[in-house]
Amino acid sequence: MTFLFYIFAALALVGGIGVVVNRNPVSAAFAMILSFLGLAALFIQLDAYLVGVLQILVYAGAIMVLFIFIIMLLDVQAEEKRRFPLFNILGAGGVAVAFGALLLVILKRSEVGTASIPPIEPLEGPGTSDVHRIGELLFSQYWFPIQVVGVLLLVATIGVVVLSKKELK
Amino acid sequence: MDWQIIIAASIKVVVFVFLVTLPLVAMSVWAERRVSAAIQDRVGPNRVGPAGLLQAVADGIKFLLKEDFTPNHVRKGYFWLAPALVMVPALMTSAVLPFGSSLFGEKMVIADLDVGPLFVFAVASLSVYGIVLAGWASNSKYPFLGGVRSTSQMISYEISLGLSVVPLIMIYGELNLSSIVLYQAQNGWALLPLWGDGLSLKGFLLFIPILISFVVFMTSMFAETNRLPFDLPECETELVAGYHTEYSSMKFALFFLGEYAAMIIGSGLAVTLFLGGWSLPFGWLTPESADAVVPWWHGLIHIGTFFAKVILLILFFIVIRWTLPRFRYDQLMRLGWVFFFEIALFNVVLTALLMWWLA
Repeated sequence: MTFLFYIFAALALVGGIGVVVNRNPVSAAFAMILSFLGLAALFIQLDAYLVGVLQILVYAGAIMVLFIFIIMLLDVQAEEKRRFPLFNILGAGGVAVAFGALLLVILKRSEVGTASIPPIEPLEGPGTSDVHRIGELLFSQYWFPIQVVGVLLLVATIGVVVLSKKELK
Repeated sequence: MDWQIIIAASIKVVVFVFLVTLPLVAMSVWAERRVSAAIQDRVGPNRVGPAGLLQAVADGIKFLLKEDFTPNHVRKGYFWLAPALVMVPALMTSAVLPFGSSLFGEKMVIADLDVGPLFVFAVASLSVYGIVLAGWASNSKYPFLGGVRSTSQMISYEISLGLSVVPLIMIYGELNLSSIVLYQAQNGWALLPLWGDGLSLKGFLLFIPILISFVVFMTSMFAETNRLPFDLPECETELVAGYHTEYSSMKFALFFLGEYAAMIIGSGLAVTLFLGGWSLPFGWLTPESADAVVPWWHGLIHIGTFFAKVILLILFFIVIRWTLPRFRYDQLMRLGWVFFFEIALFNVVLTALLMWWLA
């Protein structure tokens, strides 16, 4: 099933390039959704069903809907006509080259493709699905970070409500 | 990967999605028209075929033969993409619904995932893009307003829809829809705990949160599928026809069919989670375990039971549509955010407390 990997990896990459290349913000947002879907499929191919499905549910299904909602309410025409200054193009190119070089150095040093990976033994029996295992880990080993993240999100939600109500003084 | 698995999966996709669900979509359009006619003391379509049963075929031919007109002012690529985006997610969600126990040793579910309900919600949440895109690409006022309304409506009700299922998942301790159905077959349906483990103090006490869940789930499902009383995105009196105002011919029909497909899959999910899926009541003909060999006629009865329940639920959807008037938009939003969200959240806590007390 390697060809599925290539299909979905290509989908994710094409989506990613589309986000950068497209002038129209709505097109760019849709390219981003395409990229998320490809990524989710890659997760699912690794048997990480929960991560893959959450990728679709949270990113493609919720966050991007809000993005598109906002973009559609803005004036798209202005963004389409904007020209890129030379400095931005040079800066972006510089960052891309630097990142590529960094990636190359890291890959050269790592043992990817050379080190032998021990075969993963499939788990059998009840309670071995990735949902069960992730849930157990989150509520035993990682209970404190989860609580912290929960409080952080709550604070953020309250903050947004307060900030959006401008007449509140 | 074996070719056998691929072939078996392909057969299940073709038979379940294309030979059963799609005709069911057409038949529910017919049922909608007949039931609405009966409610309004009319006759309804009764000319084509026996009792008008072939009306769906006539409608289909009519839609295909009509002029497929694309207005000049639309964004063409997106305009053409939108109807497909409504239809595809609705059909894709059918992949995880167990529509029968097993037939000739083959499990009657296309993909037996461990994240069943999450998969359904994830893919169903993508169907909003079709409507948003239709509204935006049409490039005119009313479709745009319809699209915006639909987005906010679907985002709002997705929350209560997801939260309403959490108590059930807590009770089952399982996210695999096949296992959920088997548990219900052996221990009483969620809404009918009258045999097995359901016939106990625990079963009866947990019935309270399940009932709340069911009400929230069904109502949110109405909102998610844009059905009356929540069909504000295509509210005729205010928005002409909402997001599909500019569409004609088969493109319009795809929006129409997508709504019905979403309704059928929604009914399927409700049946699977609350009404015991393919199982018969009182543990009749229930297999011992998930891998037990089931005689082929048991398998057929289970498939028939599933579709009988789905059809009953579709009729319920239709009757509601022709009984209740449309909500006002602010009422709809208040209902979603102020009532259902809180009720669903409270329900989760209530279930947790009950389970902790009973344990």
